[in-house]
Amino acid sequence: MSCGVPMMNNLVILPLLIPLVTGILMGIYKNNLPLQRRVSLFSLAVNFGVSLYLVQWVAGSGIRILELGGWPAPFGIVLVLDLLAALLLTATALVGFACLLYAVHSIGEDKERHYFYPLFHFLLVGVNGSFLTGDLFNLFVFFEVMLFASYVLLSLGGTKIQLQETVKYAVINTLSSTLFVVGIAYLYSVTGTLNMAHLSVRIAEVGQAGFLTVVAVVFLIVFSLKAGLLLYFWLPGSYMAPPGAVGAIFAALLTKVGIYVIFRMYTLLFYHQPEITHWLMAVMAGLTMLLGGIGAIAQWDIRGILVYNVVISVGFIISGLVFATSDALVGAVYYTMHDIVLKALLFLLGGTVIAIAGTGKIKEMSGLIRSHPLLGWMFFLTLLALSGVPPLSGFVGKVLIIKEGLSLGSGHRGFYLLAGIGLVSSLMVLYSLLKVFINGFWGETVLSTEMEKGTERGLVFPCLLLTAVSLFLGLGAELLYPYVDQAIITMLNPGLYIEAVLGEVF
Amino acid sequence: MESKEIILRTVTKLAIFIILAFAVFLFLAGHHNPGGGFIGGLTVASAIILLLLAFDIKAVKTGLPIDFKVLAFVGVLIAVTTGMGAMVFGASFLTQTFGHVHLPLFGETEFATAVLFDVGVAFAVLGTALSIIFTISGDIQRWKR
Amino acid sequence: MSVVIGLLFTIGVYLVLSKNLLRIILGTSIISHGANLLIITMGGLKNGGPALLGEGAGSFMDPLPQALILTAIVINFAMTAFLMVLAYRSYTDLGTDQIHELRGAHDE
Repeated sequence: MSCGVPMMNNLVILPLLIPLVTGILMGIYKNNLPLQRRVSLFSLAVNFGVSLYLVQWVAGSGIRILELGGWPAPFGIVLVLDLLAALLLTATALVGFACLLYAVHSIGEDKERHYFYPLFHFLLVGVNGSFLTGDLFNLFVFFEVMLFASYVLLSLGGTKIQLQETVKYAVINTLSSTLFVVGIAYLYSVTGTLNMAHLSVRIAEVGQAGFLTVVAVVFLIVFSLKAGLLLYFWLPGSYMAPPGAVGAIFAALLTKVGIYVIFRMYTLLFYHQPEITHWLMAVMAGLTMLLGGIGAIAQWDIRGILVYNVVISVGFIISGLVFATSDALVGAVYYTMHDIVLKALLFLLGGTVIAIAGTGKIKEMSGLIRSHPLLGWMFFLTLLALSGVPPLSGFVGKVLIIKEGLSLGSGHRGFYLLAGIGLVSSLMVLYSLLKVFINGFWGETVLSTEMEKGTERGLVFPCLLLTAVSLFLGLGAELLYPYVDQAIITMLNPGLYIEAVLGEVF
Repeated sequence: MESKEIILRTVTKLAIFIILAFAVFLFLAGHHNPGGGFIGGLTVASAIILLLLAFDIKAVKTGLPIDFKVLAFVGVLIAVTTGMGAMVFGASFLTQTFGHVHLPLFGETEFATAVLFDVGVAFAVLGTALSIIFTISGDIQRWKR
Repeated sequence: MSVVIGLLFTIGVYLVLSKNLLRIILGTSIISHGANLLIITMGGLKNGGPALLGEGAGSFMDPLPQALILTAIVINFAMTAFLMVLAYRSYTDLGTDQIHELRGAHDE
């Protein structure tokens, strides 16, 4: 067993414990709002620091595992920290910090009193746990933690539209969770284990025969429901309903957790029959991008446009996984991190615009750039980054994925098509966001400062923070590249993951 | 709201102690036999729900002036802290240990840190179950008016 | 056993497809019970021995599926409770428990 020093390995659980303990404390001191705000922000800052340290640590010394309660790996519960998880943890902490800062200024005291902060932290517990967990059933548990927090956050405030969307969202997710349990049951009956590394060994032993491929497809359905890959019909309604900060954290994190799990499962477990599973994913990714793009273009409401942009990016990331060469995977991971930051930024900016204009309909607002130049230019930068204009952060991911797609195209025609759809979807992103920019920021200034429904005070700083991070992701790509590259090595070689978890025994 | 259920009330007054004792038994049995914090907590909760049925919500609330939401949070906190205790001693998170203590009345007694964790679980379950019940029933009373 | 699972899933799907919110919630609950039974069946309910061992017990069965089901049941319980409250709230606030009326944006 590669236990090392257990004292050090306990660090692995910190990204889970910090939000958990904070959430509990926030729940106990629920009436002391100033305390809640400060402690929440502080805890996320600490979490960010810890995550950064973990990235360095894992990059230096390889995958780290923590065996809970000291039970050895295939029998006990393990947490596994590899570089992919560490990078996503860092992005999560950062985005959580920005969204929380935004929420402090915008969410309103009533919601703050009704357990907003505990829920927010429990959501992060679920997200971080899903990144860290090393077995399938705990993945289910952490998913549920995350979903529960999200149901309540979604319905918090109890306006009519929120209630109605929460009902649909909750029912859909309950059903997909049940399917998840069904998949787990099948997998357990065939392999007799749920530890991911152990599963990988067993599946490789028996070969991915027909039945296991069926299980793989069941899991694909489950996670594409969660990630919004093709089965995204529940997504626009429920992400449009909640207030800006909550919408931002949903858009940034919830679908990404689904994507992360798809990454894990189809590089670690079900990588033996790509002609079935990956082909299916390719079709789904292509359709997702196209339909998401059409949806985004058809919308005339800021929130609607932003929500469909979430859908497009899911399709794009998965197409990186479908190509499955090392460069394409680097692109996909890089694009995931970029997307976590940028989608949060986009939703925060959109929320600010709506707060100022008092409406989400872009035909009813114009000329905001005169009174709010900073906001306008940040939106413009975000828009360029999302559509992949070179010096900004979207470029690296897009160029890697599409280049690989084109070079694979000579082997199989379909890859040309997928890469082409990827390019077209970028155009659609650009068009739909430019529509917001042109209608909302250009033109006659119809709103004088006195007529505005809200202020941008306090809301701009978190946006600025995320814009800076986005610029760093783009300009500092050289700095980040070695880490992402190293994260990919584990994804391409399941053996490394298995060896780290199970040791030399198997 | 005066309840007319005289039989229910009389039986409840007796049964409540039996249920609570059974809950404690289940809780303590949990280490080697079926039982434990979860079941223990639920049994206590069912006892209090029986009280709610026999008497009304106000009487129970004045009798038990505890905020059950806070209780739930405290329970989770206890459970997590026992997990973290192991970290302080350099073992993995949630590692448990046990020892034998000589208590005056019970003789040689096994005492495990898992019991502390179970206390947390029991509190959490009790708090959650009762806050659900109280929230819904409180809401219905408002609805009646 | 598998027939029971099939029946539970059938009933659950039928209920979920209905229009009444309460029936949908009951349907999700029934489907999850079906899934729990599936775990037990798939996990091998073979010799009927106990999962928790005393000292010197002979036959035993795999405790893992039972642990999984316990967790799944708790989650399902909480989920059903939450959905019930949600349905109740939407009944009082939106004035309907028909799912097809929960459509489109309300002008507030």
